[in-house]
Amino acid sequence: MNLLLAVLTPFLGAALVALAARRGRALAAWSAGAVAALALLLLLPAMAASFGGVTTIQRLPWIPTAGLDLAFRLDGLGLLFALLILGIGLLVILYAHYYLSLEDSLGRLYAYLLLFMGSMLGVVLSENLIQLLVFWELTSLSSFLLIAYWRRREAARRGARMALVLTGGGGLALLAGFLLLGEIVGSYELTSVLASGDILRAHPLYMPTLLLVLLGAFTKSAQFPFHFWLPHAMAAPTPVSAYLHSATMVKAGVFLLARLFPALSGTPEWTWLVGGVGLATLLVGAVIALFKHDLKGLLAYSTISHLGLITALFGIGTPLAAVAGVFHIINHAIFKAGLFMAAGIIDHECGTRDMRRISGLWKAMPHTATLAMVSAAAMAGVPLANGFLSKEMFFAEVVTASGKLPFGWLLPVLVTVAGVFAVAYSLRFIHDVFFGNEPTDLPRTPHEPPRWMKVPVEILVVLCLLVGIFPAQTVAPLLTVAAAAVLQGPLPEHNLALWHGVNPALWMSMIALAGGVLLYFGRKPLFTLHDRVEGRLDARAIFERLLEDALLRTARRFTAAVDTGSLQRQAALFIVSALVLGGSGLLLAPSPLSGTRALLPVDGVSLMAALALVFATLAATALHRQRLTALILIGAVGLVVALVFVKFSAPDLALTQLSVEVVTIILLLLALYFLPQETPAEPSASRRWRDGAIALVAGSGATMLAWAVMTRPVDSIAGWFLENSVTGGGGTNVVNVILVDFRGFDTFGEITVLAIAALGIFALLENLRLPAPTHDAQGRVWDADLHPLIMATFARLLLPLALLVSAFILLRGHNLPGGGFIAGLITAVALIMQYLANGVAWTHTRLPAQTHPLIAAGLLLALLTGAASWLFGRPFLTSAFGHAGLPWIGHWIGEFELASAMAFDLGVYLVVVGASLLILINLGLAHRASTPVGARVKEARN
Amino acid sequence: MLSMALTIAFALVAAAFVMSLFRLLKGPSAPDRILALDTLYINAIALLVLLGIHLASPLYFEAALLIALMGFVGTVALAKFLLRGDIIE
Repeated sequence: MNLLLAVLTPFLGAALVALAARRGRALAAWSAGAVAALALLLLLPAMAASFGGVTTIQRLPWIPTAGLDLAFRLDGLGLLFALLILGIGLLVILYAHYYLSLEDSLGRLYAYLLLFMGSMLGVVLSENLIQLLVFWELTSLSSFLLIAYWRRREAARRGARMALVLTGGGGLALLAGFLLLGEIVGSYELTSVLASGDILRAHPLYMPTLLLVLLGAFTKSAQFPFHFWLPHAMAAPTPVSAYLHSATMVKAGVFLLARLFPALSGTPEWTWLVGGVGLATLLVGAVIALFKHDLKGLLAYSTISHLGLITALFGIGTPLAAVAGVFHIINHAIFKAGLFMAAGIIDHECGTRDMRRISGLWKAMPHTATLAMVSAAAMAGVPLANGFLSKEMFFAEVVTASGKLPFGWLLPVLVTVAGVFAVAYSLRFIHDVFFGNEPTDLPRTPHEPPRWMKVPVEILVVLCLLVGIFPAQTVAPLLTVAAAAVLQGPLPEHNLALWHGVNPALWMSMIALAGGVLLYFGRKPLFTLHDRVEGRLDARAIFERLLEDALLRTARRFTAAVDTGSLQRQAALFIVSALVLGGSGLLLAPSPLSGTRALLPVDGVSLMAALALVFATLAATALHRQRLTALILIGAVGLVVALVFVKFSAPDLALTQLSVEVVTIILLLLALYFLPQETPAEPSASRRWRDGAIALVAGSGATMLAWAVMTRPVDSIAGWFLENSVTGGGGTNVVNVILVDFRGFDTFGEITVLAIAALGIFALLENLRLPAPTHDAQGRVWDADLHPLIMATFARLLLPLALLVSAFILLRGHNLPGGGFIAGLITAVALIMQYLANGVAWTHTRLPAQTHPLIAAGLLLALLTGAASWLFGRPFLTSAFGHAGLPWIGHWIGEFELASAMAFDLGVYLVVVGASLLILINLGLAHRASTPVGARVKEARN
Repeated sequence: MLSMALTIAFALVAAAFVMSLFRLLKGPSAPDRILALDTLYINAIALLVLLGIHLASPLYFEAALLIALMGFVGTVALAKFLLRGDIIE
């Protein structure tokens, strides 16, 4: 299972690195590097195998009933991408250590970076399409975090949002495309999909499938017209750009094109769509790149252009073109990562990236200049650098393809024009920055960066040259296996060499080089023209207008129309529609209202309790405007309801109801302190009558329903639980066994929700300091006695008793009424009692102020108890139980039961205690303004 | 003998319950109502204990115990609210 482990390693590592970062930046960098290296190590066996042409596929059952497996695949293409992701990832980790300033959190960057790394690995190593999509979306999310790393900067947040909307939206289209793909093929496994190319191309749904999949790929790879998110993503720190926009994020789109190449390509639709979009992107990117004054902006558009080139190659669709596409993926990743890092060094040293301000850096940093020049030469496609080779192959493929098309001669011309611009912007990158006059007004004085900051760039530059000069000896084996995996068939004849003789491609290269130099030195009139049209067509403005105006405003208007914010109106609408729907069903149904069951006898006490319930409820309704009175009356209602539960043999419910009742009273009292003591009166009498009528009809309806159900014999699943409770769960209290065993997974989900809710409330209440009223509803000032002595004394006496009750309820819960939830509430109430009677300061000298660790411990305990059953080969949360006696004292207490469910219940208990305390205490602390802190502390000392 | 005692006890506690309920509904002041609620708790405990004796089952005693515990806390919280407004300070 090392593929799965390799993908999981960065995810787990992210948490570790975030922790390690607290102990220093160096440790953070080392641990992040170690995580990436470990992932690489785990992949080594499968990588070695893939060089022998073996595709490693590993699977774990995921949702077997839906035919879905968690399946991982490593073939040549996966190998290539895994190498890029992890290799360049390692370099970026090293580089980032020197790039980030001391006030930026390195741990956070590394954690995000590793999350992203894991997601990317998941994308390229997935065998299952649905699983691939999950990782695909994870890359969108983690890149959002990365782009918005400097979260205080507006540009970063906007750029991140734009990237998320576009790539996330593309991901949705991709999901639809994958679903179609899977339904057509009958399997979501890549192996079957790749083998079903003929079925897919002949299928009537081929076109929609293709469109949806391409939408996903194009948005991710920033293809025209979705290209505009990429330049705005440059708001990210440069290491992030170097990683996301050279080797990973944007390459995910072209990865998808390569991956599905055998399944979807080979039709005119494919050629026109993919080739056309690729070509347009190539041109648009190259042209705009020349005019960008920002170093990273230039690189961003150049990236767009090169991605267009790769897309165009896959669009051409011949096997040889696909080989060239894979080759350019490798080359572009290498030189673009180097260029971004070089741009980062320049930014780091000069304090600006504006090419109009930077010039003549050659003197200050000759070493960096040399590195940047080699990389830029590769970007331009100058011979001896790796970019030249794949660009030549591209030109050759375009010439071949152009012969078959009407107006085919246009293709080589357009492509050469793009080449001219590529040379021009590469030249600008070098000439503007490193030559010309000495810089005058830079924010910092530039000099060479730290030694190790240049090492990653050096490695990449050496690779550029090695591949460019000795392609057959270096990159050929990798390219062969990767291209074979893309084609899923025999490789076409191709010759990786520097010199192919004088052919059209060479001529195009020469024209591009010469034209590029001419264009750069004659660029003045073009720049004037550009300045005049600049801003006329701003993709970001259009995007924001669409998002802000069209989408958000429509959404807000719709929400405002449906939801006026009036609870009364909402409730009235809800109840009336329930009445109409339910009432029509009731009236249309032919069956009688009453069933055949015999009625139970009524005794006097029950009748009295029922009447008490009715009167207390009526009074609460009538007096609801006086809030405190209503609260007291509701307390009485809750009490009677608990009695009813006891009477109808639901002691667990009664105990829960009683505990919840008190917690509710405390909660409402806390809230009541800030609220007006009376609710405003209803606006009109007619409104009151209307609401009264609705309430009356709805109440009668509910009564009739209850009557109809209760007078009929019911056949529920209760019997099954009663029979299996002891044998299956080892407890005689069915309610508790259901909670901790049969439906233990639900309970686990619920306590998780409870924990999240508590943390959410904590976050909302943080820094909330509400003004406290100085007098009560009748205008009397508050009593000066904060904690009356008698109350405080009794409350302290109560604590051990209450804890004893709580322990008792917890321990016996499995067999008799009780359990973790009730016990947790009792403990929480007992502790809150101390806050009530003795004050926060007194209590906090004896108890930890916050209960987060308690919640975490409870959740962990529940999780571990559940997971422990895996060790015995049983499903999650299977409980084990047995009976044990104690030595020596066993004689007196006899045998007692030990069940794993009790540990789970203890987890529930801890979460409930922690969450209740966290919520109530922090709500209470929002009152802090009423007494100065000093006074409270002094009082606690007395 | 026991059953007769039980019947009488039930009747008396029920009467106490009704009277507390009356004070709860009538008020007129907030302390009256809080006291009434507290008395209702005590009456409920009595009812549960009587029911346990009647059915010869100990199952009801935990509920009674819990009412004793929780009712006290509820009353204290309400009283503290009247006194200070701020119950956790």
